[in-house]
Amino acid sequence: MNGPRVDVRFRANGRDAVVRVHPMARLLDVLRQELGLTGTKEGCGEGECGACSVIVDGELVNSCLVPVLRADGASIVTIEGLSQDATELHAVQQAFLTHGGAQCGICTPGMVLAAVTLLERHPDPTDAEIRSGLAGNLCRCTGYMRIFEAVLQARRNRDASRPAP
Amino acid sequence: MRAYLPDYDLRAPDTLGDALAILSRASGAWRPFAGGTDLMVLLEAGKLPEGRYLGLWKLAELRGIEERADAIVLGALTTYTDVLRHAALQRDYPLLCRAAEETGGVATQNRGTIGGNIANGSPAADTPPALLAYDAELELVSTRGTRRIGYDRFHLGYKKMDLAPDELIARIILPKRAATWTQYYRKVGTRRAQAISKVCLAATVDVDRSAGLVRDVRIALGSVAPVPLRATRAEAALRGVTPDAAALANAQRALIDDIKPIDDLRSTARYRLHVAQSLVAECLEAV
Repeated sequence: MNGPRVDVRFRANGRDAVVRVHPMARLLDVLRQELGLTGTKEGCGEGECGACSVIVDGELVNSCLVPVLRADGASIVTIEGLSQDATELHAVQQAFLTHGGAQCGICTPGMVLAAVTLLERHPDPTDAEIRSGLAGNLCRCTGYMRIFEAVLQARRNRDASRPAP
Repeated sequence: MRAYLPDYDLRAPDTLGDALAILSRASGAWRPFAGGTDLMVLLEAGKLPEGRYLGLWKLAELRGIEERADAIVLGALTTYTDVLRHAALQRDYPLLCRAAEETGGVATQNRGTIGGNIANGSPAADTPPALLAYDAELELVSTRGTRRIGYDRFHLGYKKMDLAPDELIARIILPKRAATWTQYYRKVGTRRAQAISKVCLAATVDVDRSAGLVRDVRIALGSVAPVPLRATRAEAALRGVTPDAAALANAQRALIDDIKPIDDLRSTARYRLHVAQSLVAECLEAV
């Protein structure tokens, strides 16, 4: 069999993209190789570690488990597109930096995106919500405590930056 | 070795009618592909059979959770996240919600589907024991029509199902239960989170409190046989009796003939039997 390549169109970090690819190609590989978005990392390649997490239509997914055809028409946010402003980090990124929530860095892009979706879903998360929200993102360096602290700090930063009622 | 992509084709029809027509035209040539959380793992490992796959994600007909008077009906593409966010499922079907929570992390829960969990046919899947404990039924659809079967008759053997090559699982029907039923779920794995089960037990028990008798009971297990199954002998040992130590011992003995655990990379037959019997004990204590 010689499965054909197809055109797949989606938005990546606010920009329209068209790629001619095998429909079963992993979204992870297309992001890295076709679009040069190498901030998305490959860890296990089997949906266990979360290093390749990206946000597709508002939902956290493992890009190693998404055939690129499924991304047709979707809007994707990778770590490169998280901050609206090239000169300023997203509040979650800043909190990870402040709290030492990153060491070797391989899990960090996925971990940050998981934290962002967690805070959207649970604006004031409990410890249990943080732990279950990040359970699919493995980190072998930090021991997680600084990551959990960073998520709480990101919440406080957000609250502090809001105008007083 | 990784898969060679030109060996695969993947297409995503817009409607259920289109999908069923493709499946019926070339029976067996196209295989259904839902959330991808199992099949993409096989792809990367070079173990996904080459050929044509039919993406189901655009089929709105297979989505949604519907509350009927006598049942809750899940479209086969209902994700674990959909389950966890549904108030009536949280209230009345906590075993299914526990199973959904136990399946992978958030990213897997966002994409993995209940229909896919069933059709993947893994004896270690987390939702089948819960579905069995609720007397779930399946609605299967093809161009030939629709048929409905009890989920306890669906799994025929390891990865073998009562599902024709041109059929799709359309809906999972969960009959409503009286509030007198109590419910129990426990998955035992290597860790509390992100682990595949060594033994999983889901049970629903209807106890007549005034008489102190078990009126009726369903006990279902995963990872202890080639298929997820009901422990019908253990159920029979408990039905109509006082759930005391003697009844428990009878049920635990009967369980030996219900299940066929094996030694594999995750556990041993001996450990699985012991834990399964202990879970029956814990279940009875809980009710």
